[in-house]
Amino acid sequence: MIEEDLTRSVVAWYPGATGVAGTVKLSGGASQETWSFEIMTPAGNVGAILRRAPKGYGAAPSRAAGLDAEAALMQLAHEANLPSPRVLHVLDADDELGSGFIMQRVEGETIARKILRDAQFADARPKLAGQLGRIAAGIHGLPRSKLPQLKQRTASEEIGELAREYRSLNWPKPVFELALRWLRDNDPGAPEEVTLVHGDFRHGNLIIGADGVRAVLDWELAHLGDPMEDLGWICVNSWRFGEIDKPVGGFGTREDLFAGYEAAGRKVDAPRVTFYEVMGTLRWGVMCGGMMQRFRMQPDRSMERAMIGRRASETEIDLLRLLAPRA
Amino acid sequence: MQDEPQPTELTKAVADFLREDIAPLVSGQNAFKLRVAINALDLVTRQLTLEAASDAAEAERLRRLLAMQGSLFELNRALADKIANGELDLQTPGVAEHLWQTTMDKLAVDQPAYAAYRRELQKR
Repeated sequence: MIEEDLTRSVVAWYPGATGVAGTVKLSGGASQETWSFEIMTPAGNVGAILRRAPKGYGAAPSRAAGLDAEAALMQLAHEANLPSPRVLHVLDADDELGSGFIMQRVEGETIARKILRDAQFADARPKLAGQLGRIAAGIHGLPRSKLPQLKQRTASEEIGELAREYRSLNWPKPVFELALRWLRDNDPGAPEEVTLVHGDFRHGNLIIGADGVRAVLDWELAHLGDPMEDLGWICVNSWRFGEIDKPVGGFGTREDLFAGYEAAGRKVDAPRVTFYEVMGTLRWGVMCGGMMQRFRMQPDRSMERAMIGRRASETEIDLLRLLAPRA
Repeated sequence: MQDEPQPTELTKAVADFLREDIAPLVSGQNAFKLRVAINALDLVTRQLTLEAASDAAEAERLRRLLAMQGSLFELNRALADKIANGELDLQTPGVAEHLWQTTMDKLAVDQPAYAAYRRELQKR
């Protein structure tokens, strides 16, 4: 099974490796899987993560950067001293594991409710927004010349794509129309500088320890665009998990996020951040609708997916709070 | 006319049984799924309880706002189209109030514990 394939691969490239153990699947989507395992060596075990698209899996979503690009970006971030796992190996045909890569496992927590409530993160919480500001600035400052091939998207293209996705659901939602209209009317145009955008900079993709941010994961949606997009996305209310007065992930203020960003030598454009917060809120709402559609169309009628469809209304109230606030 | 008990009495009885008698026996991934299942039943109970009144009020507001008749789906489609083409916006009398009321009525069914919803409830 997978442990045998992993063993064959790992002994071929990891110095001194004798085998692998403790292989567990962490997640599996329609196009990608993530596995955790131990590389055994005489000097002790090394925690590792496999991220792959097994052979014969469905095509990656059109927004995806691709696993090779993910590996390259993760390694680039690691080399730039950003909190990012070291890439140990990029899979090739000899590995017979499909396409993807193997990275060092970083210990810590990704579950938002634990990060926001557990005592062990109490000292880290007030520092996170500032740290994330500095990290985002580091990501946006990675040299364009070193980046892998990535798609570039302007705000107008993103709005158009969101509108198409929403309309394909045949799900008339006046509040979503209001948000689309607002986005079109407030499209900030091209940014001063087009940079690398992480694309999914939020809870779930951040490994947090008692000391703060330990790693940024999941570059699947990385692209070239407006750097303010990452700062807006992390402020979306859906990622505050009830701590609605702390806009950055439910743990911090915009001021701290922006201060960290500017301390790292980059400029914040606050109105653009707000624009992308509105766009991100609508995007999550449309994604909830997509979950409902997949629940109806796919053979595995997942109850969780069905219930996520009922979370679209959360984004409607969030959009109204942004666009039509009541006294 | 169907016999009793009412649908809400049944969904509530099933949810209570799962919550009180089954949940303590289940762990791991199935405990998570069971929680989702109980949430779904609670949602259905709330919808069966609240939907008739909120739908009627929503349809009434939409008929007035749009000066037309139709099913709730058709009326929502018409409002969505008019907002999309700019015929109606937040400055149009009644639009903001309608969108707020409709959204609050949805949250009362979907996610009454949602922090933003609770905050807005205090404003009324």
